[in-house]
Amino acid sequence: MATNELYPEFTPEMKKTHTILIPNALPVHFSLMGSVFRDAGYKVAFLDYSGQKVIDTGLKYVHNDACYPAIVVIGQLIYAIESGDYDPKTTALMLYQTGGGCRASNYVHMLRKALKKAGLEYVPVVSVNFGGIEKNSGFDISPLMFLKGLITWLYGDYIMLLRNQVVPYENSKGDAAAIMEKWRVKLTDQIRENKGLTMRKIKQNFRAIADDFAAVPVTRTVKPKVGIVGELYVKYADFGNDHLPDFLVEQGAEVMVPGILGFAMYSLNIVRENHRLYGDRKGVTFSRVSVWYVERLEKVMLGVLKDYPQFEKPIPFPKLKALGEETISSGVCMGEGWLLTAEMSELIEKGYGNIVCVQPFGCLPNHIVGKGMIRGMNEKYKDANICAIDYDPGATRVNQQNRIKLMLSLAKEKLTES
Amino acid sequence: MKRLGLDIGSTTIKCVVLGEQNEILFSSYERHMSRIAEMTAVYLRRITEQTGEQNMHVTISGSAGMGLAEALEIPFAQEVYSTRAAVTKLNPGTDVVIELGGEDAKILFLTGGFEARMNGSCAGGTGAFIDQMATLIGVSPDEMNRLAGNADKIYTIASRCGVFAKSDIQPLLNQGAGFPNIAASILKAVVNQTVGGLAQGREIAGNVLYLGGPLTYLDKLRDSFDETLKLKGVCPEHALYYVAYGAAMQCDSRVFSLTELAERAEAYTASGSYMTTQPLFASQADYDAFCARHKANSSHVRYIDQPHGDMYLGIDAGSTTIKAAVTDADGNILDTIYQSNKGNPVPVIRDYLLHLYKTYPGIQIAGSAVTGYGEDIIREAFGIDCGIVETIAHYTAAQKFKPDVDFIIDIGGQDIKCFRIHNHAIDNIFLNEACSSGCGSFLQTFAEAMHYSIADFAKLGLFADQPVDLGSRCTVFMNSSVKQAQKDGASVENISAGLSMSVVKNALYKVIRCANASELGKNIVVQGGTFLNDAVLRAFELELNQEVIRPEISGIMGAYGAALYAQKRSTGQSTVLNAEQLRDFTHTVKTITCKGCNNNCSLTVNSFGGTHTFIAGNRCDRPLKLKTQPAAYNLYEEKRQLLMKYRKNEIKAGQPTVGIPLALNIYELLPFWHTLLTALGFNVIVSPDSTRKLYLSGQHTIPSDTICFPAKLLHGHIEALLAESPDMIFYPCMSYNVNEGAGDNHYNCPVVAYYPEVANINIKALKEVKYLHDFVGIHNRRAFPAKFREILRQYGYSFTQKQMKAAADASYKEYESYMDAVRRKAEEFLVVAKKENRPVIVLAGRPYHIDPEVNHGLDKLICGLGAVVITEDSIACRVDPFRTTVLNQWTYHARLYLAARYVAESLPEEQINLVQFVSFGCGVDAVTTDEVRSILEKAGKIYTQLKIDEVTNAGAAKIRLRSLFAAAGYDAGKKES
Repeated sequence: MATNELYPEFTPEMKKTHTILIPNALPVHFSLMGSVFRDAGYKVAFLDYSGQKVIDTGLKYVHNDACYPAIVVIGQLIYAIESGDYDPKTTALMLYQTGGGCRASNYVHMLRKALKKAGLEYVPVVSVNFGGIEKNSGFDISPLMFLKGLITWLYGDYIMLLRNQVVPYENSKGDAAAIMEKWRVKLTDQIRENKGLTMRKIKQNFRAIADDFAAVPVTRTVKPKVGIVGELYVKYADFGNDHLPDFLVEQGAEVMVPGILGFAMYSLNIVRENHRLYGDRKGVTFSRVSVWYVERLEKVMLGVLKDYPQFEKPIPFPKLKALGEETISSGVCMGEGWLLTAEMSELIEKGYGNIVCVQPFGCLPNHIVGKGMIRGMNEKYKDANICAIDYDPGATRVNQQNRIKLMLSLAKEKLTES
Repeated sequence: MKRLGLDIGSTTIKCVVLGEQNEILFSSYERHMSRIAEMTAVYLRRITEQTGEQNMHVTISGSAGMGLAEALEIPFAQEVYSTRAAVTKLNPGTDVVIELGGEDAKILFLTGGFEARMNGSCAGGTGAFIDQMATLIGVSPDEMNRLAGNADKIYTIASRCGVFAKSDIQPLLNQGAGFPNIAASILKAVVNQTVGGLAQGREIAGNVLYLGGPLTYLDKLRDSFDETLKLKGVCPEHALYYVAYGAAMQCDSRVFSLTELAERAEAYTASGSYMTTQPLFASQADYDAFCARHKANSSHVRYIDQPHGDMYLGIDAGSTTIKAAVTDADGNILDTIYQSNKGNPVPVIRDYLLHLYKTYPGIQIAGSAVTGYGEDIIREAFGIDCGIVETIAHYTAAQKFKPDVDFIIDIGGQDIKCFRIHNHAIDNIFLNEACSSGCGSFLQTFAEAMHYSIADFAKLGLFADQPVDLGSRCTVFMNSSVKQAQKDGASVENISAGLSMSVVKNALYKVIRCANASELGKNIVVQGGTFLNDAVLRAFELELNQEVIRPEISGIMGAYGAALYAQKRSTGQSTVLNAEQLRDFTHTVKTITCKGCNNNCSLTVNSFGGTHTFIAGNRCDRPLKLKTQPAAYNLYEEKRQLLMKYRKNEIKAGQPTVGIPLALNIYELLPFWHTLLTALGFNVIVSPDSTRKLYLSGQHTIPSDTICFPAKLLHGHIEALLAESPDMIFYPCMSYNVNEGAGDNHYNCPVVAYYPEVANINIKALKEVKYLHDFVGIHNRRAFPAKFREILRQYGYSFTQKQMKAAADASYKEYESYMDAVRRKAEEFLVVAKKENRPVIVLAGRPYHIDPEVNHGLDKLICGLGAVVITEDSIACRVDPFRTTVLNQWTYHARLYLAARYVAESLPEEQINLVQFVSFGCGVDAVTTDEVRSILEKAGKIYTQLKIDEVTNAGAAKIRLRSLFAAAGYDAGKKES
């Protein structure tokens, strides 16, 4: 039903004149993804604005009962213009749109409403989505871009996975961060030259990265292992969760954050679920092929990691799905859906039984798959130690940290017992 | 070496010094008045004095202690963990600990898998809540405890949050319900909050320990817990000190010099690092100029000493205060009052009238009017000539100060009211929802917590140099923000200024939701008691960057407007009771439960001098005038009746029985499922009507306390079905709803779609029965029969494809005919409305909003105002699908947009308006409300929203509705006549 009387489109000419602003959610992933966009001829900039001023901007322009991520990312985008850093005449804004039954699919519309309120309705908003909910003639994700995008996510996940397992133990602070930066630069260069994209090259890179991380001098002490699951934005974005992983490491824990590739596979798989459960046929082939391809990418990563027993690795997607099924049906496909519950199970089974389940206050899917399933986790696993933390413009650090500290106290007690 | 445990809570500081054998050598307990670091220093010195020891092991615990512990580099122990350590030591064998503190509420399950439940973003059910409620009814917490001992009736008070509870208690007070019963109901609300909100699915049983201040001091609260939990809990010796004790036990080997720590704590006080905002006034001269400007704006309304000629009486019986004004024919003021209603406005008004007659013996009252929450009871009690809806009263008053006023904002005790005026009519109304008060009473509670009067407290902030930036959030969240600021060393002055700014920001960004000041208007009048504080007024002007008018009588504008209105309506002689009649005036109150319908309203019957009575607490007119009830045209009721066809629960022997919970989407799909299952040879039983009791029976299995109330009710319905022991319970998951082709997609919201999964995991008893909660897609009619056949087969029920196809066809047909019946009824009602010239309200919600336990009888209330009520689904089909500015992807919500469009396109003479029901906590409605509003406003229609939750606040809803009627220019029901 998309027609373009209702919103300004990102036109092909704008590709040359406009800078596309994107709220940064995953520093490593996004910086790699930036080069994918740039290679395709787009000018992009990732926004890292943070602090109360950004939240206030969001609150000013977004319905206050909207989810926290909407308030934050829309706050960032409008702040970028209002602060004078970007000229609204040559700026476009980008948001991701899932098209699922969760209200996150409405962020793009909330952003347009906010722009109108701010007198910036002429600024084009680009929706990135797989469902074809909206089209912009000037912005098109080509199959190559899609492929490259997925591969950057794979690299991002991989680096994040290893970094998280090294940082808490490194003898000299900053070693792991230096490796991360080194590879960020190296991979950006490779991707620009369309290298690093074949399975063979990926494997090679993976080995080199793992070697680098494995070479960091560490002292392996026994630390409580904490996993983070939750709504996508507050799970990954430092601004969303107030640097939760850093806080946990400071408090003496090791942190595992399941990667975003899982979410990609979960999303691509939804159409298959609709076919299985309801007999809906639309898009089934694409779904099958894409899930198959991403699983192959995942296999490469898992294959390499086999040779590095010191590093924990994720369980493959089909197994993850089966594990989730023990608690919740994989028909639950809104927001993070069954994946969130499955990740809790995965983390616990991998020894990360202490879990922070993060969600924006009042997040609808999380009522179901997060808070709604904690009881099931506690019954299934006696090692589960899960705390649910709400993020909200009004939530204070004291309250959040206090709960997390209780979780950590219990985690430490368990360590002493065993 | 001795060990010191310090417990720095949200309101108090406690300490324990332990000897070698874990014996308590010293303990102390005091309120810290937010001066955490200072008080800690005082404590540390005192401990050295009293114990004669300089060096100890030290650990800090407590919700407000984290920052200080970091600053002083003292080990910190999480407080729940500390409690647990102490209980394990002192009371082995304890199963459950219930600990209530100043702003914290906790339940610890010690046996059968340790679990701690803490109140999160909600301060309901804590000491602060109890204090706040005690303040509201004008007693101390101890007195409240004593009063509760004499109770004979418990009222339902929302247990979620202080703000909601307040809106429940207020009407009770206004209706004259007795203090003992209210006190006991408040304590019960705390119990329900703790048990319901925190236990979340775990049973509290075995040896229960009560800890913390409120449970130590209030024995009736313990009794109330005992009663609900059906056990006898124990409040041990040292119940106040468990956290401190546990902290002391966790000391490590580090040794601290207490004197040195005290010095460091004192130094810490000085370091201030928190978010700040601009000061209110730069200098005294600034302030003086500000005062002079505001004084000048009110100079034309004079005060007079003696009555002359016809005088007019206006009364504003507000939620917490009573205001009255007596004026002359020119609007000059003879006499006013502004005082707390002490929970019962009747004696206050009686005393005031007596005072008037005594002070001004010859006074000739030519007209009288009353407005506000207590309008009905005051009017009835004292023979006041007319009632007037608050919004109109305020507008009338504001015009006196600014004839071309185009925006009025009134911040009162617990309400914010704003209205925009366009073409001399009120065209838009904003009232604060129960969740976002953050107004006068918050400032007051906070002032009192710091032992200041509200006026003094606000004044403190005038010259604050670095006001704390507390942002715009609801009361409860603000509480925590203040806690944080205190932790960061903010002074009382700077907190005061920050709170004044927050009140303003709340009003602007949460209630009105404006993006910039020019949106409000050019001629703004501010009023209400809260604006009497210069700090709030200044904050408002700063935030708007614009000067506004504050009448000097800002606090009594409602009463003043009522007096002006009384003058307009005067017939020359008022019917208000005279001095003689007042002498014989008596007022007695009795409570009964109405049996008129299954709402079972608690009614308070007020009798005045035995001559006439006034009934309050009713949600409809049934108990008032059973015989003269006008015909009601209420499509909500019709829908309920239509569903009765499927709720006969007939059982045929030899057939398996299937139970269906009547909640959420089942409210619409019952005709479908009932037909399908019946056609397949099942007996179908449907759960009974929702009631409070049914809700409570399922409360213990609700996993998320912030989910919408309709979802919470589902748990009770499942319990009710389980009690019937059917062969199977049927409650399928549905990502997709029926496709009505009205939007971009046809989803259910995540809660409706997947709640069966939540029930599966959280309601243990479902494991004992067959529970069909599989995924079905009735949107795919072609595939449905085969898919459903396969599902039933897995539960042991086999059918042929032919049988299934036939049953499915019948079901789709039945569903359509049900929806048709609803649509036809709407058509019929619209014809009636036209014929009888009645206004029509499209009461737009979702199918489950017809549940009287969910909508609290508001449908009937609207009918009672004389309107015809129809539903969103009954008229959605009359409008062609159109492109919305939001992603239109939920079936139920698409109907809202269509219904809004229908109303927007209706002719003025049709008198059609839309009122939207919004369930508290419904995330989807954050999207829909703005869209519905904009569809209506583009067509010049008024948008009205009723937010509903567990809470029953018919009073606020009524004001909203009457304002809508008044603004739309309808005869606002019989009340106005």
